[in-house]
Amino acid sequence: MKNKSLSNLTRGLIRENPVFVMMLGMCPTLGVTTSLENALGMGVATAFTLLLSNSVIALIKNLIPAMVRIPCYIVLIASIVTVIDMMMAARLPNLHAKLGIYIPLIVVNCIILGRAEAFASKNNLFQSALDALGMGLGFTLALALLGSVREILGAGSLFGHSFIGEEGYPVLLFIMPPGAFLALAGLIMVVNRLRGVK
Amino acid sequence: MSITMIFVSAILVNNIVLSQFLGICPFLGVSKKISTAIGMGLAVMFVMTISSVATYLIYHQLLVPYRLEFMNTVVFILVIAALVQMVEIIIKKVSPILYQALGIYLPLITTNCAVLGVAILSIQKGFSLSLSVCFGLANAAGFTLAIVLMAGLRERINQNQDALPMAVRGAPIALITAALLSMAFMGFSGIGS
Repeated sequence: MKNKSLSNLTRGLIRENPVFVMMLGMCPTLGVTTSLENALGMGVATAFTLLLSNSVIALIKNLIPAMVRIPCYIVLIASIVTVIDMMMAARLPNLHAKLGIYIPLIVVNCIILGRAEAFASKNNLFQSALDALGMGLGFTLALALLGSVREILGAGSLFGHSFIGEEGYPVLLFIMPPGAFLALAGLIMVVNRLRGVK
Repeated sequence: MSITMIFVSAILVNNIVLSQFLGICPFLGVSKKISTAIGMGLAVMFVMTISSVATYLIYHQLLVPYRLEFMNTVVFILVIAALVQMVEIIIKKVSPILYQALGIYLPLITTNCAVLGVAILSIQKGFSLSLSVCFGLANAAGFTLAIVLMAGLRERINQNQDALPMAVRGAPIALITAALLSMAFMGFSGIGS
């Protein structure tokens, strides 16, 4: 039992990482990772939504008729995202403005509906929460990695602290749209090598 | 903003896929063959145009009078999901040929974040009804252009797959192709500004 809980928690980190391995949630992954700060903000917001939605769905899964479960999940997720959207607008207005359209779009992030359907609808509250934590952390980790790579290469800074000085020339391309695709391609290549896909 | 500018901007300058990163999932998932890419593009065009009208009317006739604007995400996703189902049923009845061409792509569109994204963006930009429809149509045309171009490139790459190192096959080469395509579209930036 303990082993199963541990594997549910760690699965999302590397082995089934939602971004690098399963290629889910690509839109926010590419769209908001222009800096480490944005990437962390998006990762935490998504992880929080995932934790709430997985827990609630695990609790009420027996009340939802199987025929209409997907629409029910979507409405539930959309309500949670609306609450998070309003909370961020009130507490973190700067980050909220930077993430912009991608906050309401957490609703259509395939990771959240995917975990609800594949895991929370079949498991109890504790295991679903662990699964959500693992997947959320894995997503945040992937976004943070991509955000760091893009900020270091594209702006010559990290967390807004510049370290290339006045005369440095950052590779501007990496904070522009093509750089998002390139950086993610590079990271997936590295992950593939590490996972033993030769 | 004039209608021509909306079209030029949405299709070339601020392409919804290549510079705004909406609808990446179908862009990477359904772009292995040109014929399927065209089918997906047409289905998105159909749904996005209709959903622009529906979400505009619901937002301004229902949500604004009752001060429920904050509910827009919840309502829009429901409207889009219902719309996709309805369009599927109607096409099946009215035009079996069109249904055969678009059928399998329609259910996939509910999870296409470009449709929800365009609905929310055109509300945020405060467009009138006619501009909203143009905005939806133009963004869908941009999506179709991007996915068809991408499919053309990937068909060529797949023919020479043996030349690629193992670690690059699959997702990485698709992303590198998308990066090159996106770089090409960056050449349009500055038009109209």
